[in-house]
Amino acid sequence: MTAITLRRGRGTFHSPGGNARSTVAMLRQAAPTATLGTMPDSPLLTAAAVAVIVLAIAVVVGVGFKLLRSFRELGTDAERATYNTLHAASRAGQHLRTGLNPAGAAKASRQLRTLLGCNALAITDTAGVLAWDGAAEELKPRLMDLAADVLVGGRTTVIQARDLAPDLGSGGLAAVIAPVRAGSRVVGVVAAFAPSAGAGLVRATSEVADWVAVQVELAELDASRTLLMEAEVRALRAQISPHFIYNSLNAIASFIITDPARARELVVEFADFTRYSFRRHGDFTTLAEELRCIDRYLLLEKARFGERVQVSLRIAPEVLGTVIPFLSLQPLVENAVRHGLEAKEGPGHISITANDSGAFAEVTIEDDGVGMDPAQLQSMLAGHTDGDHVGLRNVDARLRQVYGDDHGLVIETAPGEGTLITMRVPKSQPGHDA
Amino acid sequence: MRPGTATSPRTSDLAVNPAVGLVALVVVSVATAVIGFYGLRISRTTGDFYVASRTVRPWWNASAIGGEYLSAASFLGVAGLILLSGTDALWFPVGYTAGYLMLLLFVAAPLRRSGAYTIPDFTEARLDSRAVRRVTSVVVVVVGWLYIVPQLHGAALTIRITTGLPAWVGSVAVVVVVCLTVVAGGMRSITFVQAFQYWLKLTALAVPVLFIVFALAGNGSAAVAPAAVNPTGLAPAGPYQNISLLVALLFGTLGLPHVLVRFYTNPDGQSARRTTLIVLGLLSVFYLFPTAYGLMGRMFAPDLARSGQADAVVLLLPGQLIGGTARDLLSALVVAGAFAAFLSTTSGLVVSLAGVISQDVLGGSVRGFRLAAVISAVVPLGFALSTDSLALAGSVGLVFAFTASTVCPVLLLGIWWRGLTDTGAIAGMVTGGVLCGGAMVSGAALGAAGTPFWLAQPAAWTVPAAFAVMVLVSRATRQRIPQTMARVMTRLHTPERPLATER
Repeated sequence: MTAITLRRGRGTFHSPGGNARSTVAMLRQAAPTATLGTMPDSPLLTAAAVAVIVLAIAVVVGVGFKLLRSFRELGTDAERATYNTLHAASRAGQHLRTGLNPAGAAKASRQLRTLLGCNALAITDTAGVLAWDGAAEELKPRLMDLAADVLVGGRTTVIQARDLAPDLGSGGLAAVIAPVRAGSRVVGVVAAFAPSAGAGLVRATSEVADWVAVQVELAELDASRTLLMEAEVRALRAQISPHFIYNSLNAIASFIITDPARARELVVEFADFTRYSFRRHGDFTTLAEELRCIDRYLLLEKARFGERVQVSLRIAPEVLGTVIPFLSLQPLVENAVRHGLEAKEGPGHISITANDSGAFAEVTIEDDGVGMDPAQLQSMLAGHTDGDHVGLRNVDARLRQVYGDDHGLVIETAPGEGTLITMRVPKSQPGHDA
Repeated sequence: MRPGTATSPRTSDLAVNPAVGLVALVVVSVATAVIGFYGLRISRTTGDFYVASRTVRPWWNASAIGGEYLSAASFLGVAGLILLSGTDALWFPVGYTAGYLMLLLFVAAPLRRSGAYTIPDFTEARLDSRAVRRVTSVVVVVVGWLYIVPQLHGAALTIRITTGLPAWVGSVAVVVVVCLTVVAGGMRSITFVQAFQYWLKLTALAVPVLFIVFALAGNGSAAVAPAAVNPTGLAPAGPYQNISLLVALLFGTLGLPHVLVRFYTNPDGQSARRTTLIVLGLLSVFYLFPTAYGLMGRMFAPDLARSGQADAVVLLLPGQLIGGTARDLLSALVVAGAFAAFLSTTSGLVVSLAGVISQDVLGGSVRGFRLAAVISAVVPLGFALSTDSLALAGSVGLVFAFTASTVCPVLLLGIWWRGLTDTGAIAGMVTGGVLCGGAMVSGAALGAAGTPFWLAQPAAWTVPAAFAVMVLVSRATRQRIPQTMARVMTRLHTPERPLATER
């Protein structure tokens, strides 16, 4: 039954390919006459004409090409049937990757109905019907009652046409209702409706239900992986270096007798810094807020190092509103202070820049300190060794988690040559709240 | 070949010293590049931390939006149209300005809150669909290219009129300057460049106008023609044309890619609104001057309209009415202002188009951005060189009509209607694009004389059609309303939480 439907599908597919080809040829001939035939008056109109025609040709050629390619070398009927089955399954799988929800189930049920070759297919969760594709939609309100036993018992049920809807006259459809079992729970049912519920349909429907269950389990796995990532980010956030707190308090203590006013100021700065660093809400902040935090941090470091810390800034105001992961810059500056200053004689210079670079904001932090050994740094960033640069790895890992592997930190360094760290963040982040 | 080409070098010899035009062009290009490169080079120490990390103030950003928005059509075209058709042409400055009222009321704050950087980013986030993103990107790129073409025509006209060089020199010069600055990273301090361009344009129009007014009042010369008489004897436009034009300009402003990108520079929705309010004021002041130019052209130099040089009235008037050194200085100022208009609008468009193209096609790398910038400047140059300009304000008006029928509905409905679906958005954009593009193409095929009025000004029916298709298809595909809708809408419409660290 399945194979027949698939083959019929293929047959009807052929003709649009032929049409597309002839349209291309027609358009190719038509295009020059449209632009050159009459000399247009407005340049813009000509420009528009050329643009529209070029776009139209491009679209038609593109579609035609795609169709042509898909019909080349399709193999035997069995190969095609296998391909079509797997293709429908993988298409439906994509829609179910977010779990059992109405939008995904609606798209998937269309694919699955073709796969089963039945008249109607419905997917439910434990609470209600998520999607109904195909005929006999008047049965939809009754489906949850019919599926109640399946949801409780977890056994595939067949309901013959005369039992299903003697009063509704639904064209004599029979139903196969199979449970979707994720782990040991029944999380929903797949219901297939066809004129006769033979053993073939029953078997296929159970298999489809099991397949849906696997997808649901995958979705749950995805969800728990996201949770894990979030937990990891929270854990990383908590790694603000304890010896910074210790050093700052010591520096402040040294001013209490000599310069009480300054000591008071520093305590206030310290309080503000900790308020920002320990805030509970949100995993994101704006570049402007992060820079303010860096300012406080540097004031505290200056209390310790005095004039040895020299900082210069060049910030493009356009990118100040850019959303970045919370506390993603401060550790980099802290790294620059620690390795640009602590380990070195004489004054150290740190420069911070933020540039507008197309659809991205680019932040660089450079110091002229002792630098790092690239090989060691690499193994540390890969997580093989624990070193002094835990902050860097922390930021790098978070950036990669949030924006993908292309957006990790770029670190240019060599022993004795200073360090340049570059971070590139997309400006557009509609999913993230600062 | 235009009819005016043969006579124009002679007129320009009379009106402007060729060297003056070239010097003005070079000075503006260099100033733009210098501000672009060095505007941010001033490094600061931590003592100035708050100064360095201060966000762009609404005044600055408003000036920058004004600088980017006031294109060749505003600087040259509006005065030319007022010279040609009098009060009918006043709808252009009214529409160009009032579009910002729509932006202020319906789009500015929600769009800023969305966190999206470009229009494709916004539609993808709102409708949760890659397909919508691709369609929007195509539409935005088409809009940008169509909008750059009149800028290049304006540059060609200015170079031809003021220096007597071949017209293509102007277009090529603008594209080369823009490409070089964008590719070399010269748009790093784009806000300052654009703000500078606004004030340059305003000065370049205001000073000569005041000078001419005082000179005319001083020597008591009488008007050559009454202001109410149409120099070309054209019939006034009917109500349909005016309404359609106004629809195009009001709704078209909502979807201009280079204007919307600028709102990202505002730190929050409230300052986006304040910026828009200031832009309204800045534009209102600016448009007084092209109007005055047009009026003075009608009264003292109506022959410009008859010789087909209406768009050059701003460039030629100071030369015709004033003599001596003042003539050269004022002409230089006006040419500088005109090139500021071409450069600022073109570079703004090129930057935002390059953002869209590089992200969607070239993977978003730095090299990709540069390549995309060159593509987005060179393609319209090809159009501009292979076509011939007629009326700057009119052709920009058509671009607005196209924007109003494609980008505007998806923005407005996306922000204000919970029921929009991806299918509806695509169907509406395609409908609007095909109808409006078709009207533009058939208008081109039929020629100016043969085009019926409803085809020449299509916005009045293409915009409602695009809205209607978008709403109806969305209704029909109600099950496709994205799951993220409630969250996105909440984000668009709730005020931001105040910044916790502000002291």
